[in-house]
Amino acid sequence: METKVTKDGVKLVMAVSGRMDTVAAQSLGDEMNAVLTEDVKEFELDLADCPYIASSGLRVILQAQKKMNSMQGSMVVKNVIGDVMEVFEMTGFSDILTFE
Amino acid sequence: MAKLQKQLEVVATLDHLTVVQGFVEENLEMCECPMKVVMQITLALEEIFVNIASYAYTTGVGTCRIDLQIDYENENGTMQLLLCDKGTPFNPLEKEDPDVTLSAEDREIGGLGIYMVKKSMDQVSYEFNNGENQLKIVKSW
Repeated sequence: METKVTKDGVKLVMAVSGRMDTVAAQSLGDEMNAVLTEDVKEFELDLADCPYIASSGLRVILQAQKKMNSMQGSMVVKNVIGDVMEVFEMTGFSDILTFE
Repeated sequence: MAKLQKQLEVVATLDHLTVVQGFVEENLEMCECPMKVVMQITLALEEIFVNIASYAYTTGVGTCRIDLQIDYENENGTMQLLLCDKGTPFNPLEKEDPDVTLSAEDREIGGLGIYMVKKSMDQVSYEFNNGENQLKIVKSW
C-alpha cells in the first residue's frame, strides 16, 4: 500500500493506493496521526485506488474521523469503489462517515 | 463436481498474512470463483487469521493450519475453510455483535472483524477438537 499526501493551506488530501489490510493499516494509522496536525481543518481521504479494506483499516479511518472531530475539522472519504463501500455499509460506517 | 483439497500450515504471526491470503486466493481463482466472492473470503480469512496471530498464543508463538476444500462445477462452487490453532481455547463467535448504529464518538471497534465474517459468509462455526480451536467458514457461489 502506498500513500500520497498533498497539503494546501488548511486542506490535506491523502490518496491511498493498494490494499488496506492489517499490516498496511498499522503504518497508515501512524502516518495519518503524523500528518493530521492542528492546522489541518479539511481532510480528504481518496480511496479511488484502494480495492480492499479490513476491519483494521476501518479502525484507522475511525480514528482519523475522531481526530478531525476533536480539532473541529471536517473529513470526507472520496471515490470509494463498490466492494469497499459494501464493507463500509456492512459495518454501519456508511452512516458515520461523509462520502463524496 | 470437481473437488480440491489443500492444506497450509504457517507460524501464526502477522507477517504470514500475505502468504495465507495468497494461498486461498490462488486456489479459489483456479476453481473460477468470482472476484467479488474471492474478496469476501479473503477478508473473512484475514479477520480470523489476525485474531489467531494476535491472541491465540499468549506465550511464545504457535502455528495456524488452514484446511481448504472447494467443490465446484462450471460457475458454481462451495468453499469450506477451516482455521485451526493450538492456542488458548476461545470461541470468537460467543462475543456479542458490536452496535453498528452508534455515532463515531461512541463506536467501539472491537469485535468488528468477526462481525464482518458472520455477515459475509454463509456459515460460521466453532469447535474445540483434539486440543485445537477450529473455526470453519463456508461460502457458496
